[in-house]
Amino acid sequence: MRSMRKNILILFITATMILMLLSGCATKLSAAPDSDTSAEILKASSSEALAVNPSDTSEKAELVVAAAASLTDVAAEIAKMYKTVEPNVTITYTFSSSGALQTQIEEGAPVDVFMSAAKKQMTALEQKGLIKEDTKKELLVNKVVLITPKDSTKEIKSFEDIATDKVLKIALGEPNSVPVGQYSEEIFTSLGILDKVKVKSNYGNDVRQVLTWVESGEVDCGVVYATDATSSDKIKVVCEAPKDSHKPAIYPVAVLKSSKYKVEAQAFLDFLSTTEVVNTFKKYGFEMK
Amino acid sequence: MDLSPLYISIKVAFLATIITIFLGIAAARYVLKVRRFKGLIDGIFTLPMVLPPTVVGFFLLVIFGKNSLIGKILMQFNINIVFTWVGAVIASIVVAFPLMYRTARGAFEQFDITLIYAARTLGISEFKIFCKIIIPNVIPSIIAGTVLTFARALGEFGATIMLAGNIPGRTQTMAIAVYTAVQAGDRAKAYNWVFIICSMSFTSIILINFWNNRQTKSTARRGDI
Repeated sequence: MRSMRKNILILFITATMILMLLSGCATKLSAAPDSDTSAEILKASSSEALAVNPSDTSEKAELVVAAAASLTDVAAEIAKMYKTVEPNVTITYTFSSSGALQTQIEEGAPVDVFMSAAKKQMTALEQKGLIKEDTKKELLVNKVVLITPKDSTKEIKSFEDIATDKVLKIALGEPNSVPVGQYSEEIFTSLGILDKVKVKSNYGNDVRQVLTWVESGEVDCGVVYATDATSSDKIKVVCEAPKDSHKPAIYPVAVLKSSKYKVEAQAFLDFLSTTEVVNTFKKYGFEMK
Repeated sequence: MDLSPLYISIKVAFLATIITIFLGIAAARYVLKVRRFKGLIDGIFTLPMVLPPTVVGFFLLVIFGKNSLIGKILMQFNINIVFTWVGAVIASIVVAFPLMYRTARGAFEQFDITLIYAARTLGISEFKIFCKIIIPNVIPSIIAGTVLTFARALGEFGATIMLAGNIPGRTQTMAIAVYTAVQAGDRAKAYNWVFIICSMSFTSIILINFWNNRQTKSTARRGDI
């Protein structure tokens, strides 16, 4: 019984300490709204001090960039490049699906730049007046391609072949929630083979799942973005989607109205169109708009 | 490899667990005492466990977002929860809370009520009875609940990515790091994190079993059973 009492005592002491720690955090938070470590608070207060001189406002800005998950690897490389160009601006990403990012921005997430994987989400934010005027730009185009496993022996040569007996199973994105799934349906509709394809379809929750199924040979072929195809060496690209068979997969970018660093955010957007960055985007399989 | 997701995960899970212990016990005690709407309250407390975490995350995002009443009040104090690690703690608490609450409630229900009657006849205050008689008797369950809570908080993904976002070095936990690595097609990194998460969660479960065994043995030795 005695040791029990001791245990409880220790439990309570730890808990009290944690609670004190937490309340400490809370006051810190209220002191500096957007930062969550003391180091950043120091940084923030020093930049506030500097802000007295208006010419120094570009000092030490931190841009929060909400980027579509399909931009994950290329975005990280661009952040590194930007650090050498503009050492005072730190790019901090948050990656998620474009739809989730849209909701988060609507609910007031502290985001400076939005890089969406589809026009729909950007348009929705624009209609709610959350985008800074004249900053929206259609930056990238992602091509839709047909892929097969690398060691596939089936002679799949085109989208039309999917309707034939060569293909027993195909992986597609779920048309309602995954943009590439929508584009796939548009392609099959324009080729007039949608019904034949539907019975062979396995729907993935995101484009990476489609890629994984093709990589492992679970399916005979799949429809993904050119960028996904570039990222994997276990698949081969059969062909691009026929011209004008689907709406272009456009990646728009924009500065948000609530941004505290609008000048820096705009500078970052301009940087995305420089030759150096354009080449990086191309390396990952994107096309410029 | 950048280890920040590990530190963030541990920090978030640790804080969330400590807070959940107290919330869970308090909620269990409250539900046992309450006379009306018991089923309803119990349902609400258990709901986060059965809802998909993305739904919980969406609720939290709306609750703490700038358009809600709570969000507006917090804004008055310049507190922002969305996209901070505090948001990750809140998400973990909400999702892990039912585990602690359920375990604690089960333990309280099995507790021998005559001990309380005996204590009351001795004129001990209700609070003292709770701290000195009930809690020591249910401590094994509380610890089991704690480990489960910690394991759940450590693996939390859906609600966290909705409320706290996926900011590397700030709110990117291990589970979110796996998601990000998969999205980026970086399998090696994904495997690494999967391995770390699996071994940590497995260790937690082993710990629980070890504790339970020891507890059973020591009670048996004392001749209580």
